[in-house]
Formats: sequence, structure tokens, C-alpha cells
Amino acid sequence: MARYFTEDHEWIDIEGDHATIGITDYAQEQLGDIVFVEVPESGSVLEKGADAAVVESVKAASDVYAPVSGEILEGNDALADEPALVNTSPEEDGWFFRMSLSDSSELEGLMDAKAYKAFVDSL
Amino acid sequence: MSENAKLPLDSWHRAQGARMVGFAGYEMPIQYEGIMAEHLWTRESAGLFDVSHMGQIIVSGPGAAAALELVLPGEIRKLGVERMRYSLLLAPDGGIVDDLMVTRLGYADPELCGLAEGETVPDDQEYFYLVVNGATKHGDLAYLREILPDAVHVHHMEDRALVALQGPKAGEAFARLVPEVAALYFMQAGGFTWKSPEGDIGLWASRSGYTGEDGFEISVAAEHVEALAEALGGDAAIKPVGLGARDSLRLEAGLPLYGHDIDQETTPIEADLGFALSKRRREAADFPAASMILAQREQGAERKRVGLAIEGRQPVREGARVVDADGKEVGKITSGGFSPSLGQPIAMAYVPADLVEPGNTITIEQRGKAFAGIVTAMPFLPHNYHRQPKQ
Repeated sequence: MARYFTEDHEWIDIEGDHATIGITDYAQEQLGDIVFVEVPESGSVLEKGADAAVVESVKAASDVYAPVSGEILEGNDALADEPALVNTSPEEDGWFFRMSLSDSSELEGLMDAKAYKAFVDSL
Repeated sequence: MSENAKLPLDSWHRAQGARMVGFAGYEMPIQYEGIMAEHLWTRESAGLFDVSHMGQIIVSGPGAAAALELVLPGEIRKLGVERMRYSLLLAPDGGIVDDLMVTRLGYADPELCGLAEGETVPDDQEYFYLVVNGATKHGDLAYLREILPDAVHVHHMEDRALVALQGPKAGEAFARLVPEVAALYFMQAGGFTWKSPEGDIGLWASRSGYTGEDGFEISVAAEHVEALAEALGGDAAIKPVGLGARDSLRLEAGLPLYGHDIDQETTPIEADLGFALSKRRREAADFPAASMILAQREQGAERKRVGLAIEGRQPVREGARVVDADGKEVGKITSGGFSPSLGQPIAMAYVPADLVEPGNTITIEQRGKAFAGIVTAMPFLPHNYHRQPKQ
């Protein structure tokens, strides 16, 4: 399994042509206490860069974008009852949604863990 | 961020692990350990807030009370020494230039008036201490200097810091440092001496705040504020609290935020701040735009600021539209967020007069999605002030 990262602070786990997407530990730290998450509905077809999910902290709302194009397979229903999972386990239990991958070449522009760490350190 | 000025406590905030943001022209702490934790700590113990960005102003001179009544609709002439009230700085058209706290000082309050020891002032001098919003203070000063008679002096105390200590344990915690402050009730103020390890330090303390809790606002010379923050912060009941929780606390308390819930385009009646119009002033109708404001008070304004409990868990934010059954915009959300104490989203909005009754359901549209809001009496959470017992 390969994990990629975006400059929007999302992580993407790839298994075959399926992707699991969430926000990074750095992103949850910046957002602060998460009080609400809206995940996309199964079956939605999203282009890369489209609005996919909404994450709200006490202070502000932020969008989570589809990092690749494809069809939504499922959203993480656990976040409806426990949005704070994004704070406590951002890169595991606090995943946002899974999607199919319609164009694997879109992965080429993404960062690996080392490149993402360097990106965050530069901020 | 580089264009923002630094507050006297800047390095102290950073040493406490604060995340700093630009606000009102200053770099200020938005949070330390997290908004939720800081909010809840303030409601159960005591939070220390740096509000040194706010403007501290002395208005003094012969007839200072009468002069202030030219721009404030409250009872200022009969305000007792070391008593304070909330008031509104009104524009000639009745719009709100700022909201503020005004305190009458005794002549012998050298801590704030800057009198030398033994110096006396003539009997006709009156002294008032104003605390105004940080983002509006320079405009307020210009407006006051323009309107008030030349004999009345308007002095901006730029060398003083201001901290707020708020929460149910604020009284006992502050009294461990300065025992005499225990005598203050809500909306009373006075000068005190803190016997610090480095020597006596003068403080001006008022029992007031912006969270709905008991607590104090403490004015101190900027050079001593770090020692004060160290001493207060060293008390196990007290933790530093940032701007983020200050906003969620005041929203639960139903208190408006200038520039968001009230501004030059809103009148005191629309803003549901009619209590700031004192009886004598209403009868005399002698404040800016009195005939318009009093007509609104009698007949009701076309729109009013109300509190809303939002259904579901997703907050609505400032700028979201209040819509009617046809989707037409009839009002706006002016503040909105998640209430840590209630565990649900709450908001303030301006809505048409026919919707203002508590219990009404209104529709809010945000990013193409409809939300239901129940008009709710404010404060959302009961105030917990240390009021003087009724005589």
C-alpha cells in the first residue's frame, strides 16, 4: 500500500484502483477542535479538485477536495457521531471517504511522506 | 503578520505555546491548548485573557459627564464614583460607532488619572475611564475629540495593558493576589495595590467581562503586565485563554461583537440593546438620533438581533442568509459557531420583526444547504455574575 499527500494536507492510501482519503495530522492540528464533518455520498462522481467533504472546527469551516478523480465508494459514517476522531486519529480511524480511481496518472503529481514532511517544514 | 503591532505580553504568550494571529492590528493569541478546552476551563475555573489591544481612554475636564452624554445614550451624570455601565457610542444618525464600558473615577484615583502624589484637581473636574474595542479605538478617539467641547480632554492611555480574568474561580483566585478586590460587586471598579515580590504595583480592576461569568478586567502599566500574568498564571485555578474561546464564550453569553453583530448600520433597538438607553435620557430625548431611536423603541424596529439554536451539528457562520419560504433573503447571520458548553451550534442573526418571538423556526441558507434555526432567548447560557445583593 502506498500513501501519498497533497499540498492541501490530505493523505491518500492506494490499494489497487481504490483510494482512502483523510486529512493529515498537521491539518487537524491547524484546524483545532473538529465539531462536524460532512462526507460525500456513495455513488457521487467527482473530478479531481472538486469539493468532496466539509470539516468544521469551533472557529471555521474548511473544504476537503477530491485529490483524484473517481466515484465515491463510501464515506466514514463514524465521523457523524464522533467528529473528534479527526483530531484523535487523523491518519487512521478519522479517514473521510473511499473512492475508485479513474485515472492513476493523477497520482504522479502527489508527494510521498518524505516530500510532504519537507513541505510542512517549509511552511 | 509583520504589519501587526506586538502587545506587551507577546513573548509571554509565545512561551505559553500560543498560536498567534493578526487581529485588530495586533498579533494576538487565538489559542493555547485548544479552543474547546480553554472555553470549558473558563466556565468551570478561571481563564486569563490578554485584551491589551482594547482602547483605554480617560475623558476629563469640567462638564465631562454632560459632554459624554452628547454621544452616549446612558445615564452618565448620575453614575456613581467607581461605578460603571455598558454604553453605545452613537453616530449622529443613530448608528453604533462602538460599544464600550464607562466608569466614573473619583478625583483621587491616581492609578488611572496619573496625578502626582499630593496633586489635587479643581472641584469642577470630572474623570471617566472608557474601555473601547481595539479595532475601532482610533476612530472613536477622533470622533470624541471632534464632538466633545475643547475643555474636555480625551487621553488615550497607550502605556497601559489590560487583562481579563474570567470564570467562577476568578474571584477567589484574584483575591489570593489582591485580597481587597473581594469587596467589588459586578459593574464596580477601583484602584488597588498588588504587593508583588518586586514591590507594590498599582492596578485598576473592574468586576466585569465578556464571557457571562464572574470576573475582572485589570488595567496595569504595560511594564508590569508580564509580572501580573506570571503571578496569575501561576495559580492552579487559572489558565491562559485565547481569542477563539473569548468569541465562543461571548456568543453563549449573548453578547454582541462590534463589527459583526453591531455596527454603523445597526441601531440600538435593532441590536436589542435598548437597555443602554437610560430612563432620564429617553424622557429628555437628548442623545443622537433620539427621535428615530425612540420611535423604533415604541413601534418596534423592522428587524432585530436574535439568538438562534441551530438544529443538527453543523454550525452556520457569519454571512449565511436568513431566507423566507420562497428562498428570498430576509436577514443575515452575524455570528455563528459551535457552543462548547451546550454541545450544539448557536448563532446570532438579524431577522424581520414578525419572526423574533422565541420558538419560531427560521430557515438559513449556507453554501446551498438549508438549516433550521429556533429563535432562542439570550443568553444561551445563564450569566453567572457576582451581583450586589438587593438592599
